[in-house]
Formats: sequence, structure tokens, C-alpha cells
Amino acid sequence: MSVQLEHYLVLGAILFAIGFYGALSRRNAVAILMSIEIMFNAVNVTFVALSRYVTPTLLTGQVFAIFVITVAAGEAALGLAIIIGIYRSRATVHVDEMDLLKG
Amino acid sequence: MAAEWLIFFLPLTSFALIVFVLRPYPRWCGYVTVAAIGGSLIVSIIALIKVMGTTEKALSIPQIAWLTVGNFSLSVGLMIDSLTAVMLIVVTGVSLMVQFYSLEFMHGDRGYSRYFAFMSLFTTSMLGLVMADNLLVLYVFWEMVGLCSYLLIGFWFERPSAAAAAKKAFIVTRLGDFGFLLAILLIFANTGTLSIRELFLSQNVELLSKAGLLGLPLLTWVLLGVFSGAAGKSAQFPLHVWLPDAMEGPTPVSALIHAATMVAAGVFLVARLFPLFEHSPQALTIVAVIGGFTAFFAATMGLVMFDYKRVLAYSTVSQLGYMMLGLGVGGLSAGIFHLMNHAFFKALLFLGAGSASHATGTYDIRGMGGLRRTMPISFFTFLIAALSISGIPPFSGFWSKDEVLTDALDSGQYLLFALGLAAAFMTAFYMFRLAFIVYGGSYRGAAPAHSSHGAHGAPRESPWVMILPLVLLAIPSIVSGLVNLNGDFTRFLEPEAHFAGLNYTIAGVSILVSALGIFSAYAIYGARWLSAETVTHALSPLHSLVFNKYWMDELYQKILDSILLGLCRITDVFDRYVVDGAVNRVAWVTMKTGQELRQVQSGQAQSYGVAIFFGVLVMLAVYLIVGVR
Repeated sequence: MSVQLEHYLVLGAILFAIGFYGALSRRNAVAILMSIEIMFNAVNVTFVALSRYVTPTLLTGQVFAIFVITVAAGEAALGLAIIIGIYRSRATVHVDEMDLLKG
Repeated sequence: MAAEWLIFFLPLTSFALIVFVLRPYPRWCGYVTVAAIGGSLIVSIIALIKVMGTTEKALSIPQIAWLTVGNFSLSVGLMIDSLTAVMLIVVTGVSLMVQFYSLEFMHGDRGYSRYFAFMSLFTTSMLGLVMADNLLVLYVFWEMVGLCSYLLIGFWFERPSAAAAAKKAFIVTRLGDFGFLLAILLIFANTGTLSIRELFLSQNVELLSKAGLLGLPLLTWVLLGVFSGAAGKSAQFPLHVWLPDAMEGPTPVSALIHAATMVAAGVFLVARLFPLFEHSPQALTIVAVIGGFTAFFAATMGLVMFDYKRVLAYSTVSQLGYMMLGLGVGGLSAGIFHLMNHAFFKALLFLGAGSASHATGTYDIRGMGGLRRTMPISFFTFLIAALSISGIPPFSGFWSKDEVLTDALDSGQYLLFALGLAAAFMTAFYMFRLAFIVYGGSYRGAAPAHSSHGAHGAPRESPWVMILPLVLLAIPSIVSGLVNLNGDFTRFLEPEAHFAGLNYTIAGVSILVSALGIFSAYAIYGARWLSAETVTHALSPLHSLVFNKYWMDELYQKILDSILLGLCRITDVFDRYVVDGAVNRVAWVTMKTGQELRQVQSGQAQSYGVAIFFGVLVMLAVYLIVGVR
């Protein structure tokens, strides 16, 4: 049995779901950041797989994936900086304690 | 513009001058007022002569369009007929005397300028009232004299009793005015006109004669409304309670407004609409009954008062009752004749009271006494007025009172005749009670002075500025009754009326009754064959009933407390629980909704994310099941 497009897509979906679950359920802000990274990578897998199977002659998907990795790196840096800032002012990285917008 | 407009505009100018220019110069305010009213008197006399010269006994003065709304236009004009001409002489004549007197009486008062401004305004309004040819204009002036009365009763408003009396006068008369206003509205709704002359046209009377409530014609209801206004203004039972309290005002005000002119406005109103009253026997009967009863009822209270002015106030109410009685039993001229005579002698009595109090510093008759020696002119003029009001010939009161009594008997109202006769007895009694207590005996010394003029030593005669009006008013008090000796006055007011002449039986009886009243007063207060205390003691329940004014003030207070305050309590509950309740409930619902909804705003980005996730799921589900339309 060879690896088909569907396998990649299912893998992407599973990864996305795991990341999504993590982003919504973890208390630790760093873990949430990591979960978001997983979701990015799930998308990247999907991009590359679709690019490879649907338009083999074009590299659009791969290029897009590269862009996403770049942006993700920036996002991770920015997110960590914010988390450090919050940690300095509130001495916690638990998101359930960050409720300044509570109505 | 006819010269007659001057009668109205002269005092108005004086009012405006005082308010805008002369206020800082009090003496000039007085002079201007007296000059203006003097001018009005002269023009009024000319008008009277002109009216007497015309065959229809009225002047025709072109109207001036004042207000036009749609096809309704209101024009103002003067209505100067015989009735108005007589009223003009009375109002301007008494006003002139009173205002001249006030120059001295009010001397040194802080409100001197204000006083004359109000008096000018009052005279203006009163003249406007008697000359109005339109019910709406009449009503405006009617309320303006009420306003002036309020202002002048409360002239010394620092005194709480004066302020309260002013309010009482205003509110009680307003109660009657409400009926008057309803009557005016009814008249306009049914005939479309407010002009008094047009109202008397037969087609308009016809329009008003249709059936109204309770089987009485509409006209009767209208006239009862008019009479309720008249009863309020003229202090007829049961709205008489304000007039005795109105004595809180300065004495010249009492003389002018609350004896001679404004209180007579009610009588004038009935007389003005007399052609309508003639179409409604029921209304006339009510006027007569209320008048006769008031004449008797008020006289009883005059018997026991110790305040000089209050005795005169009850006397005024009683005499106004006489006038109403005179009108009610069918004699326009008898009522107006009595009005005219009464205006002169009652103004004289009040000015005399002012003179006595000027000298003694009190209005309590127990603090006076023996004034006949120290104040001979005041005493003599008082005596003339007292004889006149008591109905002793040949003084003026005799002639008009006799006409009223004759009319009452002729119309078959024996009970009212008896009430009138009883009132005549009491009138003679209380006037001479005053005479013996105040002017007879010896001076009992001033009670602690509460007059603004300060305490005096032995009482002295008042200065000539105050004496002259007394003397001038004494003249008509003697002779004004003679104008109807041959029925000239009756024919002037009612050209086709029958003048019965003097009925010697009735005249004899009424003189006898008056003489009996004077004799009783002499027996108790002059010769003291019977001491007043013994009589009071013997009649003690009756005395306390009368002395407490039949507890009418207390009764009204009770009625107000129970009905008005009861009503207030209901509206209070309604306001508290229904109006406030609704508002509070709306606010509560909003608050609760907010409280519930704020749970959603947890501030937790994660829970928002969960919500978005499930939201997307729902949208997907909908998409899958329903598809995109």
C-alpha cells in the first residue's frame, strides 16, 4: 500500500485538531504557543501534499509553506516576548489568570 | 377712538408710570394715581350724562379688531349702557376717595409705591370689567381683579396671616371661577359667540334653551356656572369664608376692593347677564335663595366679632346677599340700587374704621371707646353710614333695602322676605353695637399696638387728607337713595319696568325692625340694662356656634383633609407602585439581563476560542444539512 494524498490530508487534519485542542485547553501560555506551531505545521503538511499531488509542476504550495515557517518563526519570537512581558508584570504564564477583559 | 377709552387707559397709564418710572419717588406715585382716577371720574360722569341723553340708554362705541384666528375673530369694544354707567361712577368715585385717603393712611409704609401701583392696576381691571362687551375679555379682567385682590390682601406679606389670607381668597374665589369658565365655554360651544350683546339676541337664547342635564335646560346650567363665579367673587354662602380673612389687607384696600367694588363684581355679573337670567326662573330662584340665606347667615356672625373690620366684613357679605336677593326676586334695579348705595356707605364705614385705628393703633373694638369726643368728624360720618346701612330714612340704605324687601314680598318669597327682615334687624344691631362700643363710653386705652403706625397717646382726629374722603362719602350716603324717589333710577336701568313706589306697610315694618335693632344695641351696649356677658351666657351654645363662624373653616379643613388628601393618598399609591413600579421593573429587567450576559465576557480568550469552534461546527452542520441557498 502506497502513501496517498488522503493520508497526508488526514495527518494534517489530525495534527491541526491536536494543535487546536492544545491551544484551547492548555493553561500554560508557552504550551499554547507550541500548540499553535503544531497547527501551522499541520497546514504546511496539507500545503505541500496538495502541491505535490494536485499541481506537481508548480511549487506554489512549497513556497507557501516556506513563508508560513518564516512567519511562524516571527510569531514565536513575538509571542514569547509577550509572554515574558506578562510574566514580568504578573508573575504568571497561566492564561486563565489573564482576565483583564472580563466583563 | 372714543373718549370713553380714557376711563380705562388713565389708570393703566398711571400703573405703567409707577412701575417703570416713578417707583423711587413714592409721593409722586400717590399723586399720579389720584390724578389718573380723578380724570377717569370726570370722563365717567360725562359718559353717564351722554348715556342719559340717548334714547336706548347705551352708547355705541365702534369695536376694534384684536385677534383673528381662522374665521373666529375677537374684537374688543366698550359696552357702556346704563348699568355700566352707574358702575363707572361707583368705581371711579369710591376709588378716588379711597386713593386720596390712602395718601395719608399709607404714609411711611415701605411699600408705598407698590401699593399705589397695585391700586392703579386694580382700578384699571375693575373698569375694564364693567366696560367689557365680551365675556372672554370680561373673564380676563375678572381674574385680574382677583389677582389684584390677592396682591393687596397679601400686601404686608411678611405677616404669615396676611399671606395665608391672600392665598385663601385666591383659591376660594378660583373655585367659583371654575364654574364661570365652564359656563363661558358652554356658551361659546353652543352659540359660537362671546359678545354680550349678541348673546341676548333671541336666536342665541334659543340655542341655549335646549335640554341639558337632569331635565334642566342648558341655559340654567350655564347660568348656575355664571352664578358660581359670582358667588365666589361676591362671597356668597358657601364661598364666603375668604372675605373676613381678607381684612388682613390695608384698610383702604378693604374699603375699595372688599366692600365697594370687587366684591360687587359678582352682583354686577349677574346683572350684566340679567337678560339671560330672565329666561331661567330656576337660576333666578337659586340666586335669590343663596342671596337671602347669605344675608341672614353672615349677619349672625357680624353680631359677635370683636375686630372692627371683621364686623364690617360680615356686614359686607350680608349686604351682598341682599343685592343677590334683590336680583333674584326679579329686580335688576333694586339689586344695583343697593349695590350703589352700599358702595358709598360701606366704603365710608371702612375708611372710618381705618381712621379709628389710625388714632388708637388697634382694630380690636375692646381697645377703643369714647371716640365720639376725640374724633367728632369720624364719629359723625360713621353715624351717617350706620344709619344708612341700618335702613333708617332718609338715608340711602333705607330706600334700596326697602326695594329689595318689597320685591321679595311681591314675588311671593315669604321666607326670603323674613330672612331679609331678620338680617335688617341684625344689621342695625351690630352697627350700633359698634357705635356704642367704639364711639360711646370712654376710651379704654390702646391694646399693645400692632398697627404699622405705632402706639399713640390719647386718640386724635385724623389729618384732613383722611377726613375729607369721609365727608365726601357721607354726602352720597345721605342722598344717593333719593335718586329713585320717583323711580328715575329704575327706569334708567330697566326702561319698561314698573316702579311700585314706596310700600308704606313694608317701609313701616322695616323701620320698626331696624329701630328695634338699634334699641337692643342701646339696651346692651349703651345703657347696659342687660350686660353683654349675661346675654352671651344665656345663649352660650348659640354664641359659640356663631362666634366660631359655624365652624365652617374647620369643616372645610376636614373636607380638604378627607377628600383632597384621600385623593392624594390614592394618587400617591398609584405613583409609588404603578408608575414607579413600571420604571423600576424595566430597570430591574435590564440589570438582570446584563448580569446574565456578562458571564459570557469571561476575558478568557480560550473560552472565546471554544465558542468560535462550536459556532463553526454549527455553521458547518447547517451547511451540510440545508446547503447553500
